[in-house]
Amino acid sequence: MARSVDAAELAAVAPLTAQGSRRWRGLVLPAAAVALWWFTSTLDLVNSALLVSPVQVLDTAWEMISTGRLWRALSASLARELTGFFIGTASGLVLGALLGLWPRFNRMVGPSFNTFKQISLFAWIPLISVWFGLGDVAKVVFLSLAALVPVVVNTAGGIRGTPANLLEVARVYGYTRWQTVTQVVLPSAIPSIFTGVYLALIYSWLATIGAEYLLVSGRGVGNLLIEGSEHFQMDLVIFGMVAIGVVGWLMNASARVLERHIFKGRTI
Amino acid sequence: MTQTATTLPGPAPEHTSAATTGHVGPAWHKLGRWLEPLWLPLAVLALWTVGAAQGWISAQVLPPPAFVLDTLRELADSGDLWLHVQASLQRVLVGFAAGSLIGLALGTSMGLSRNVEAYVLPSFNALVQIPVLAWLPFVLLLVGIGEPLKYILIAKAALVPVALNTLQGFRQAPANLREVGQVYGYTRRQQVLEIVLPTAVPTLFTGLRLGFTKAWLSLVVVELVASSEGLGYLIVYGRQLFQLDLVMAAVIVVGAIGFAFDRLLDLAERRFIGARSASLQGGA
Repeated sequence: MARSVDAAELAAVAPLTAQGSRRWRGLVLPAAAVALWWFTSTLDLVNSALLVSPVQVLDTAWEMISTGRLWRALSASLARELTGFFIGTASGLVLGALLGLWPRFNRMVGPSFNTFKQISLFAWIPLISVWFGLGDVAKVVFLSLAALVPVVVNTAGGIRGTPANLLEVARVYGYTRWQTVTQVVLPSAIPSIFTGVYLALIYSWLATIGAEYLLVSGRGVGNLLIEGSEHFQMDLVIFGMVAIGVVGWLMNASARVLERHIFKGRTI
Repeated sequence: MTQTATTLPGPAPEHTSAATTGHVGPAWHKLGRWLEPLWLPLAVLALWTVGAAQGWISAQVLPPPAFVLDTLRELADSGDLWLHVQASLQRVLVGFAAGSLIGLALGTSMGLSRNVEAYVLPSFNALVQIPVLAWLPFVLLLVGIGEPLKYILIAKAALVPVALNTLQGFRQAPANLREVGQVYGYTRRQQVLEIVLPTAVPTLFTGLRLGFTKAWLSLVVVELVASSEGLGYLIVYGRQLFQLDLVMAAVIVVGAIGFAFDRLLDLAERRFIGARSASLQGGA
């Protein structure tokens, strides 16, 4: 059950159609929105400090990029994200493999794990902040947790989803348990494991932003947003949103390219 | 549930059968099986209780379980808990209702018209890349810190999976069913009502369920960051006063409500889709 939720989410992330020659139509709406935005801001129809012009956002963007502030914020965020991602993924692979391969372990730990993952991850932040402080350690612990859950779910699910007829073939050929695991179970589980790792990358990015919000200390992309919001700098807020979106999109896109490259010619 | 490739008849290999089905045995053996999932939580609970009683960990950092339960009971007795639960539930229901309605409309229009899809979907996909937390400061500056902020963000969270699953649902009608429709000379309206919609229903339901999960998650996040009542606020408040018993009690309530809703939607989904596929088979 749990696996279907995550898998459905992944499907939601993937593009549904790609029409070559008519792609320009996708640009109509954004172009119209930007034009409308630009018009209202130049004509002074709405008198509000919050309605900044697109030009001003571009100025801010250029300033952030040229002074290196964006780069510093991004590298701080990404360093934390990747640390948490690696720790979470590594432990998630071990835990998921144990849950998938060892029935007794699954019966003993599986239900507890399923209950644990029902609790919204962000609800742990106040507790983590008490136990680990507000610094980088707390953030990395939180990010590892965020990355751990999808890896465990998809690793265990992939291992348990090994087709029964393949297992039967292995049994007929008299494979040892080790051979069965390395030559039958793992190869058939790898696409699902990849899904888990891919989700972990995205989850830990979302969690990075969350951690910067709720464990306020240090500098990262999330802190840019908070700063913009506190000083009523809409241009900074919009720029921060776009930066976060672009990084998320890059992660998505690169994971998808990698997936296509690895599983080329495989029927999943 | 992922076992779709079971084509060979005959007994399954031993280790997988042991993994999936608990076998018959003496009564005590069955009891042992039933108790197995409880060992880990009980061990943790015991360690926690003993640790707190022996003073290994300060109660400030990890309050004993009994203390947490007391706090929970106190909260329930004084009625504070219900106020916060009510505030949270209202937010999540309003946001979810608005978000899923917009999501259904958006998904349906994209699903029924390739033109709408071509114009709207790329922008939609681009906006989806920005997480709820990144929208928060933007919406906060626009509408302030009141209730609309929570409704908008929760609605946004629910909208995305609902719209995408609706779109996908409308696209997955099997080609042979559509051909049958053509052979019978169905109008476009009939095609949609009698072929596309029934095959889309399970996916629609998945979208709604996913939407609710996302709505509940973002409720907690939004309340943690910006609110003065609700379960998320209770957590932050407890943290500020360094009352971890309060934090834990609130986390338990958040988890329990999320779990209950998940089970409920799961049950509804299985009922609904079960009835659906049965009627489809009966009709065919």
